Amino acid sequence: MSAQHYENPEITFHPDHSGGTKKIWKIFWVLSALTIIELALGYFLYAKHGQLGAAAVLSTKIVIGILTLAKAYYIVSVFMHLGDEIRNLIMTIVVPLVLFVWFIIAFLADGESWKNLRNTRGKSRTYQTEEVSKEAVESHK
Amino acid sequence: MGSTAIPTGTKWWSGGKSPFNVSYGKVMMWYFLMSDAFTFGAFLISYGTIRFSVNNWADPNHVFNSFPFAGHANLPLAFVSLMTFILIFSSVTMVLAVHEGHQMNKKGVEKYMILTIIGGAAFLGCQAWEWTHLLTGEHVAMLNDGTLSVLPTTVKMNPWGAALSHKEMVDALQKTSHEQLVAIANTLHHGAESAHHAAVSLTNQELINQIASSEIHATHTGPIAFGGYFFGITGFHGFHVFSGVIINIIMYLKTKLGHFEQRGHYEMIEKAGLYWHFVDLVWVFVFLCFYLV
Repeated sequence: MSAQHYENPEITFHPDHSGGTKKIWKIFWVLSALTIIELALGYFLYAKHGQLGAAAVLSTKIVIGILTLAKAYYIVSVFMHLGDEIRNLIMTIVVPLVLFVWFIIAFLADGESWKNLRNTRGKSRTYQTEEVSKEAVESHK
Repeated sequence: MGSTAIPTGTKWWSGGKSPFNVSYGKVMMWYFLMSDAFTFGAFLISYGTIRFSVNNWADPNHVFNSFPFAGHANLPLAFVSLMTFILIFSSVTMVLAVHEGHQMNKKGVEKYMILTIIGGAAFLGCQAWEWTHLLTGEHVAMLNDGTLSVLPTTVKMNPWGAALSHKEMVDALQKTSHEQLVAIANTLHHGAESAHHAAVSLTNQELINQIASSEIHATHTGPIAFGGYFFGITGFHGFHVFSGVIINIIMYLKTKLGHFEQRGHYEMIEKAGLYWHFVDLVWVFVFLCFYLV
């Protein structure tokens, strides 16, 4: 069982793979723990539904999002071994993904603006959601 | 960074070697996965945009609260946690297969590839159950014409709007046809044949009284886009899982036939592994966007 040998002349340096599986299992437990925390926060949002302020709900959701990004980091860096590659390769993969920061901000803001326009009938009335307007119609009758 | 010391001043770009120190195939797999990440990202961001633009989006804890063989128990987050752990675990067995490949241990690669394939198949089975449950589900919702109807969750309709008050429900029942009243009464008895016959012979008012006095929860119809986004995105991810399982089966067979041992390295397992981990990575975000928040 000798360690594998690449015949590929393109590859200059071989990463050291002689280590054990300890790191893999460690990351498994990290991912499991992060998932359990996410689920606990998700369950907290469910159990406290309707009792939390908008800011508390939003900040809990942001924390869940950050935990998700941490999971993504561990999967890509350790399971996909991107962390073991040389810097040039890491950068060509990671830098383009920065575009997502702008995509998310721009498109979610667009959705929000769309909702505002709909609820104000294109700024021609005060803001009210459809449910409110239905009740208003009922009481008007 | 690997523990191999790379001498400073190495001329990566002077030709004759890969400037990224990896084979052509692996670089291309990375670029494919990056483009696939943008595809999934575009889907999820489009979903987010529509969700932000609607006043009452479907509440995931309400939609996904079932578990196989648990009947009508309310178990939010339970089934999707199972699916998530299945996928994380199959990711671990995949990376262990890659590890065994580095050690040139053919038996080890075979063992962990089998476990990974089982994990993928289990995930697909879970997804098949979940889709079936939604597509054949029966929930009472008020249509736009003010009558009540029994709705499943499809790409055209779903019952996941805001809850109706009891008075709204009773008003809507008065307008509802006999046929739909029987269908609603049947959901009370979970489709039992004898109850169906009994319900057909009742008058409208008797059915209305029976339904109104029951524990039934009626809702408005939900945002139509919900079904399209849910089935579209989880379907696209499920198709990736499916193709990943096929690729893993091929890799298992090639290992078994000794192709990689002859070749002197198990790099194909690493490339298949990259794809498989990517599938897990996407699920992390699908899980976040559809089930958790």
